[in-house]
Amino acid sequence: MNKLRLFFASRKSWTLPYLIFSVVFVVIPLLLIVVYAFTDEAGNLTLANFSKFFAHPEAVNTFVYSIGIAILTTVGCILLGYPAAWILSRSSSGYSKTLIMLFILPMWVNILVRTLATVALFDFARLPLGEGALIFGMIYNFIPFMIYPIYDTLQKMDKSYIEAAQDLGASSAQVFWKVVLPLSMPGIISGVMMVFMPTISTFAIAELLTMNNIKLFGTTIQENINNSLWNYGAALSLIMLFLIAATSVFNTDGNDNSKRGGEPW
Amino acid sequence: MVKKILMQTYLWILLVLLYAPILIIVVFSFTEAKVLGNWTGFSLNLYKSLMNTGAHHSLMNAFVNTIAIALIAATVSTLLGSVAAIGIFNLRARGRKAMGFVNTIPILNGDIITGVSLFLLFVSLGITQGFTTVVLAHITFCTPYVVLSVMPRLKQMNPNLYEAALDLGATPMQALWKVIVPEIRPGMISGFLLALTISIDDFAVTVFTIGNQGLETLSTYIYADARKGGLTPELRPLSAIIFVVILVLLIIINRRAGKVKR
Amino acid sequence: MEESLPVFVFWNELKCNFATGFYFREMQSENRPIIEVKNVSKYFDDKTALDNVSLSIRKGEFVTILGPSGCGKTTLLRLIAGFQTASEGTILINGKEITQTPPHKRPVNTVFQKYALFPHLNVYDNIAFGLKLKKMPKAEMTRKVMAALKMVGMTDYEYRDVNSLSGGQQQRVAIARAIVNEPEVLLLDEPLAALDLKMRKDMQMELKEMHKTLGITFVYVTHDQEEALTLSDTIVVMSEGKIQQIGTPTDIYNEPVNAFVADFIGESNILNGTMVRDRLVNFCGKDFECVDEGFGEDVPVDVVIRPEDLYIFPASDRTKAQLQGRVQSCIFKGVHYEMVVLCDGYEFVVQDYHAFEAGMEVGLIVKPFDIHIMKKERICNTFEGRMIDENHVEFLGCEFECAHVDMSDKSKDWEHLSIEVDFDKIDLLDDSEDGILTGEVKFILYKGNHYHLTVLSDWDEDVYVDTNDVWDDGDRVGISVRPEDIRVTVK
Repeated sequence: MNKLRLFFASRKSWTLPYLIFSVVFVVIPLLLIVVYAFTDEAGNLTLANFSKFFAHPEAVNTFVYSIGIAILTTVGCILLGYPAAWILSRSSSGYSKTLIMLFILPMWVNILVRTLATVALFDFARLPLGEGALIFGMIYNFIPFMIYPIYDTLQKMDKSYIEAAQDLGASSAQVFWKVVLPLSMPGIISGVMMVFMPTISTFAIAELLTMNNIKLFGTTIQENINNSLWNYGAALSLIMLFLIAATSVFNTDGNDNSKRGGEPW
Repeated sequence: MVKKILMQTYLWILLVLLYAPILIIVVFSFTEAKVLGNWTGFSLNLYKSLMNTGAHHSLMNAFVNTIAIALIAATVSTLLGSVAAIGIFNLRARGRKAMGFVNTIPILNGDIITGVSLFLLFVSLGITQGFTTVVLAHITFCTPYVVLSVMPRLKQMNPNLYEAALDLGATPMQALWKVIVPEIRPGMISGFLLALTISIDDFAVTVFTIGNQGLETLSTYIYADARKGGLTPELRPLSAIIFVVILVLLIIINRRAGKVKR
Repeated sequence: MEESLPVFVFWNELKCNFATGFYFREMQSENRPIIEVKNVSKYFDDKTALDNVSLSIRKGEFVTILGPSGCGKTTLLRLIAGFQTASEGTILINGKEITQTPPHKRPVNTVFQKYALFPHLNVYDNIAFGLKLKKMPKAEMTRKVMAALKMVGMTDYEYRDVNSLSGGQQQRVAIARAIVNEPEVLLLDEPLAALDLKMRKDMQMELKEMHKTLGITFVYVTHDQEEALTLSDTIVVMSEGKIQQIGTPTDIYNEPVNAFVADFIGESNILNGTMVRDRLVNFCGKDFECVDEGFGEDVPVDVVIRPEDLYIFPASDRTKAQLQGRVQSCIFKGVHYEMVVLCDGYEFVVQDYHAFEAGMEVGLIVKPFDIHIMKKERICNTFEGRMIDENHVEFLGCEFECAHVDMSDKSKDWEHLSIEVDFDKIDLLDDSEDGILTGEVKFILYKGNHYHLTVLSDWDEDVYVDTNDVWDDGDRVGISVRPEDIRVTVK
């Protein structure tokens, strides 16, 4: 009893509103996905939703294709974004701050408007819509999320590591491959989290960029929910949730490794 | 030197590519053509018809809804998130870790899972979806970002500040209000701004929680529009205006931040 | 004895690697400078970090660059390492000019202040970093890394994560990482600054030992004067981007060239005095015999007396005493007592093994050879200036009111004047708004009965001030001068 009173007197209790909110709006809804995924419309326990998924090569193909697109987008963002982040981190701080702001600014335009503008750009340049446009649009939408975290780690990196490597005889290229790149891994990893995750779960963007020719997994889920196939939609969502969980476990593993001993928390 | 020029060129090419679509919207907001990409001569008609709310009632409605939802959601999540951050900060390591995990779920999940799960919640409870459900959904995915922007501020804070205030005779409430809140205010502000942006930008979660009572936000309006084939032309001037307003705001904020530092 | 064993192993290792010619060359080139710094200046924007510095370091020396923070010592080290390039002047290593050579092509290695161990590599890979870049065969590399680990007393740590090591252990790995490359010069940038006192003392001894065994040149940067005195063959004292004095620890301690060095190295009593004639100096109102000559007659000088050179005894023995005073305070310092004695308005710091309680009347004696005389760099402030009108003069970038000057003689150059102001005639004000111009206190010297301050004015010229008020380093002050205290001379 005393303990409880102490808890309410301390600021620990300030977590309570958010805790309750999270349980109602995050935890329970997630459990509902599981419940719906393993039941049929009448509420009976079943695996039919999953067997339906695996029985449809079309759905499985969309799933695999979506992962492929997400990987391509992520790799594209790293290849294009890393050099940009690196150049920015080596510029004077006032200049780089302005440029970083310029890179983030387009995010303030509604994602659908931006996507439609990309479509217009392709029309304008007389380029065909399709896979190319899809990848371009995806990279265009998500590259700022890759540049920023990488820039951030590069910016915070102690310059003496670079000097130490030079001092020990490393040329500029060797400094980069042996020191800068490994040390910026945490930035790349959080960039991957911020690009890969949203890309596998986007929908609408793909349809707009390919004139409804290419469908990603997100769209499949939305269509099923829209057509009142809630249980099947929940099952598909659960599959995606597994994918997300798998990636984030892999990512936090990497993070732990690089941070070991660093944080006193 | 050549290397430097090459590097800067790369940055600017990337920026030009990023801005090309936006530029196209802005440029084509000054022409009347129905289809984006056709130039039919300079005209301010789209701006005029945008101002004339009667003509495009539904678009302006969607715009007002979007702003209202964003403001409410951002305000509530800033309060909820800041209080939560202070609470989490005072937890022991294990509790802090657990709450940290709960906090990252909506961020990691991706819009679609959040959308589907909230949709299932609302239909299971038999709640009619509309303005309230959209706001609740937006609070759900905005709050984690507020917590994440307030936490570093708390960690940076000198742990003795609060004790010093108590030592000087402040009650815990006064100490909180006069010492901790001013310390975390920058985090709260950036959390609020972040929440505002992602709320305005959101499409996936909104589409699942908006119901079929005729409520529209900008995102759903555009989506429906695009599916019908092509944007409402007035979207161009609206996007252009939003973009310019944000650009100006950001420049002002940056200038002020620069001055304060000096 | 146990500790010297690994050192010995490493030494053998080195001898094998350098082939037999090494030793011979070493003997031959005993006095040849390995590093020559010639008229080097370094500017950061409009700030001068190094101002025309010249320095020559002999092979095998242990040289310490000593000075307060911001004196340019680290900049000098970084120029030698190649992390920065000199704005002016040249740097030679082994007779070869390397002013523009990138760091990875220089025969030097650095131990960084905060170690800069690569966090993504373990101990072994950190140490092997340089050898791997040289594409050294694996077996040889392993042998060398192990020998280096042994040398720093870190055997068995090779596969440890560097983040899991203590500060002292990280320090050792950082040293091993540098010496394994067998550099001709090892540069150390305040390597012990982050360690606690006990650990620092131990590491000092080990570094000294290592220097002896390796036989290579050490260039060591520190702000700790005690560390410098303990470790070095040669000390280079720096202040404000300039070298103040170069010499052996004994020289620097016993014969400081100016008040800055005297104040910075060890504790000292620095007083204003007058050289009456050769071997006779007057300070504190009395004449003292000393051993210095060649200053001239009745010349103002600075007098330095180390606290341990003042003999203190009870005042009952009045005949002996050269100075008589009363003890102001007495503090136990572990081995000795440190007392402040007030004699005729001058405070002296005295160290003795016996305690003399505060309030006691005491006598002091100082032996002639313990009085060190230094020429004064200046006896008053001298500025360049010009007349604005008969009652106003401009110097230090500001307009000052001055006593009436008759400007009727047009043949004189009223545009180029020499303005003199005595040290004690400059007023410093708390509120920097109240002064005619503002400045920042950057050096404080206590002279027994007053403070001698160096104030860097916003005009970027130093203003020297004698005052009885207590100021702190870095204080912003207003500077003002009364009209009658400004002396105007036409050049």
